[in-house]
Amino acid sequence: MIIQHPLLGPRDAAEFTYMGDAKLIDRPDWQSETAAQDFYAYGYLRDNPAGWHKELWFHEAGDRSWLVVTRNTVTHEISEVALARDVARARGRSK
Amino acid sequence: MTQRNRLASGGQINRDETLKFMFDGKSYQGHAGDTLASALLANGVRLMGRSFKYHRPRGVLTAGSEEPNALVELRGGSRQEPNTRATTAELYHGLLAKSQNRLGSLRFDLLSINDRLSNFLTAGFYYKTFMWPAAFWEKLYEPVIRHAAGLGSLSLKDDPDVYDKGFLHCDLLIIGAGPAGLAAALTAGRAGADVIIADEDFRMGGRLNSETFALGDNSGADWAAATVAELQSLSNVRVMPRTTIIGAFDHGIYGAVERISDHLKTPQEGKPRQILWRIYTRQTILAGGATERPIAFENNDRPGIMLASALRTYANRFAVAADRRVAIFTNNDDGHRTASDLHAKGVKISAVVDVRADAPRSLDYEVLHGEVIDTKGRLGLTFAEVRLADGSTRTLECGALGLSGGWNPNVHLTCHQRGRPTWNDDLAAFVPGSDLPAGMTVAGAANGDMSTTGALQGGRNAALSVLDLDNAPLDLPAAEDAPVVIKPFWYVEGCSRAWLDQQNDVTVKDVKLSHQEGFRSVEHLKRYTTLGMATDQGKTSNMGGLAIMAELAGKSIPEVGTTIFRPPYTPTAIGAFGGRHRGQEFHPTRLTPSHKWATEQGAEFVEVGNWLRAQWFPRAGEKTWRESVDREVLATRASVGVCDVTTLGKVDVQGTDAADFLNKIYCNGFAKLAVGKTRYGLMLREDGIAMDDGTAARLAEDHFVVTTTTANALPVYRHMEFVRQCLFPDMDVQLISTTEAWAQYAVAGPNSRRVLEKIVDQDISNDAFPFMACANITVCGGLRARLFRISFSGELAYEIAVPTEYGDALMRRIMQAGAEFDITPYGTEALGVMRIEKGHAAGNELNGTTTAQNLGMGRMVSKKKDSIGSTLSEREGLNRDDDLRQVGIKPVNPEKAVPAGAHLMAMGGPVDAAHDQGYVTSACYSPNLGHAIALGFLKNGSERMGERMRLVSPLTNVETEVEIVSAHFIDPEGERLRA
Repeated sequence: MIIQHPLLGPRDAAEFTYMGDAKLIDRPDWQSETAAQDFYAYGYLRDNPAGWHKELWFHEAGDRSWLVVTRNTVTHEISEVALARDVARARGRSK
Repeated sequence: MTQRNRLASGGQINRDETLKFMFDGKSYQGHAGDTLASALLANGVRLMGRSFKYHRPRGVLTAGSEEPNALVELRGGSRQEPNTRATTAELYHGLLAKSQNRLGSLRFDLLSINDRLSNFLTAGFYYKTFMWPAAFWEKLYEPVIRHAAGLGSLSLKDDPDVYDKGFLHCDLLIIGAGPAGLAAALTAGRAGADVIIADEDFRMGGRLNSETFALGDNSGADWAAATVAELQSLSNVRVMPRTTIIGAFDHGIYGAVERISDHLKTPQEGKPRQILWRIYTRQTILAGGATERPIAFENNDRPGIMLASALRTYANRFAVAADRRVAIFTNNDDGHRTASDLHAKGVKISAVVDVRADAPRSLDYEVLHGEVIDTKGRLGLTFAEVRLADGSTRTLECGALGLSGGWNPNVHLTCHQRGRPTWNDDLAAFVPGSDLPAGMTVAGAANGDMSTTGALQGGRNAALSVLDLDNAPLDLPAAEDAPVVIKPFWYVEGCSRAWLDQQNDVTVKDVKLSHQEGFRSVEHLKRYTTLGMATDQGKTSNMGGLAIMAELAGKSIPEVGTTIFRPPYTPTAIGAFGGRHRGQEFHPTRLTPSHKWATEQGAEFVEVGNWLRAQWFPRAGEKTWRESVDREVLATRASVGVCDVTTLGKVDVQGTDAADFLNKIYCNGFAKLAVGKTRYGLMLREDGIAMDDGTAARLAEDHFVVTTTTANALPVYRHMEFVRQCLFPDMDVQLISTTEAWAQYAVAGPNSRRVLEKIVDQDISNDAFPFMACANITVCGGLRARLFRISFSGELAYEIAVPTEYGDALMRRIMQAGAEFDITPYGTEALGVMRIEKGHAAGNELNGTTTAQNLGMGRMVSKKKDSIGSTLSEREGLNRDDDLRQVGIKPVNPEKAVPAGAHLMAMGGPVDAAHDQGYVTSACYSPNLGHAIALGFLKNGSERMGERMRLVSPLTNVETEVEIVSAHFIDPEGERLRA
């Protein structure tokens, strides 16, 4: 596969390490009343869709960016690639 | 020996160059341009192998890479290569080949008895026959079957040749160099596009080399040669003969195997045998042509029976008549071409047998309306039995029989992304479907355009279309444009031992049996009968099986569907996939800066990840590794030792939020760590399991140096970047791995300070530089360095780091400075012994199943802050009172060992999993204590000090009485550390 790195252009997937669902960005609040339940869901309950999926890829043999790659798990088509940091900020994460 | 079947003239062989070769110990001659198959046929050799299951005599079926039968062991010695298709092996001087799959000689194969036993060896016979008694399987059935089955044999020696890997990029990849591929390449090449054209054959031109068609004023072969010459002259075109595109992968990536040296006896000096290319292309034109298919009838597998197109290839390209008397059995017009071509070359045509009543007639030979129903000839065809349309029979004398059941477009690569081919009634064949791999266009026969004109135009138009060019700069030569006229016909009614898949010995009867037994899905049929599962992947056999299955199920062929085509297109050597990554080069080897020094000391090395680390330093007179390790441990604890710890992961953490960041990744607190101090840190996974441990040294308010274990340097860094970028994107913190930027040495033992005082420029007295201090310092009068007063051994100890390029010099300097204290270099074994004596956890304890609680560090997990893993580490199941706790273990009898991996059981209790109390993780002999010691995990272990238990390992016959003790065997109060 070829991943269109937002900063570096097209890069071979072999340069990357795959982690999984980009929902891992949405780490729960540790002080919430339901923190135990929330972290359980965060850690263990993930979708495994046959189709479009937002995934985390780490450019380990490159610039060490974490990317959010929107990829069809059936066709391997990639529709969007963004820096995970930008996605995290857009989803309200900060410090 | 004379080449008695070589035609007097014609062919694309060099008659001036005669090549000698050996087959099954007999010497023959061929010419440059021959394949092994064409040269054997030229010498009148039809019998080339035995079949897989029934050991029936077999010859060539085809003239290309789809060959199921003529598999040989090519070359000898360590270069012996089993299952090589004689039809693609280029002849070279001194070629050596052996037939395979036989017991005894090829002519008198003892296992041909299997053919007489065929009633017992039908589809699924393994599952049915070898069921009882169960004990016989391992001892009798399997060894006998393994001996009898299988194809060629391996040399079991190391492959002496080199395989390479490479990367290519282009605008347009053209797969196949027949008329369509060449027309496409010429169009794109002249337009200036960056083109790669690859063909599996050593002579480009595809069917143009095998036919007698004219292209304009030239023969097809001449036009192909001229076109290839022009393409080779263009700097923007890379022409790759002997190159098979083995797979179409994602996003325009193709795998290609280029056979650089397979046509030579041995590779030229410095040249690889093969290259596995990864080709990145924007657009692809698949012009892979088509493959003819046979027709099934009783005894259709005798040597001499082959595809009609193969007979034509042997005659036209190689100037070989497979026999002087040839018959043809066809259901379409193309089969008649073979008859007319061979007739023109003076070969006697016994008859053309056509299943169609309206078959074209000929003045030159007899055309019969009927079917071939059986054949004769023990080791090669002698007679064909024909049933005519009126019911009468005729016997044709022939030594070769050409079969033409129609042509299948080579759709394989169009299906590598799960595309499905669609059925075309006019061709009675599958053609590429609409769901092609992105960027792929199909042209020529592969797309169902079966005439030469159709192929030329299809190739040109495809190139114009993918390159977005308006008009054609290419005038195509005039060529034949015959339509496909075919009557679908797959097998002769009433036949049973009629071979569909000759390589796996699957007959029409097997397919019928499998249907009868309920295997209705085409994928099930394939696996039950093994149809299409051999090295040829059913290129000539799958369609026949599908057609019979469709008929039995009362469905159409497209309703039955095809099995999925997967890479590789043709068998590919594992060596090509491995490339240079084999033996010592399997992965890169990392050496520390003082590796040369360690080698000079005679160190024994051990692989740790990719690193080589000194394991111990043997001295003269030491007979066992234990003697060396014991000496290193005792000398370090008595005076001073030095150990290379460069391989530990190092991560530089900088920024105003650096301390907050460490608070997130470590379960214990770091915000209040003073500048100039180091702290042990335990990192958890988000699920609460311990991930890694190490130290973080605060060199400045906004600057920490984090260490990781050697093995986890990469995953920990990746995790830290995840936390930084994905979870806390606004923290002002930057990370960089500095593992390779610093050489680091542990100097341990009561005299360690005295040694370092001679090297370090600053005051490092206990007051000025106490336990857990850290600082940027200088050494040797000004070289920048880092000093950490941390201890893995439990002794007064330091770790000192200098930029990598000074590592070797520093090690030599430390040895020099320590000479007066008899400083002893120690390796990873002594390091391990000392950390077990001290009770420090390492990889054996942080094994991916243990929590901070298990490690006795439960109280380190701060509840006052959020850190990765803190919430889930509080789960009830991870916090039970009877949880495993890290303990020390020693034998009651000091002579006994306490091996790692053994389990702890209650005294007098049963030994089984239900009564398992814990296990040993790390064990060693402690030279300080004079007996074996171990670390392990025990249920509620911290409350069981002094308890006696059984340590058992039933597999290795261990049964030892042990005592549970504190994990801190040496200096439990830590006085030495602080001295």
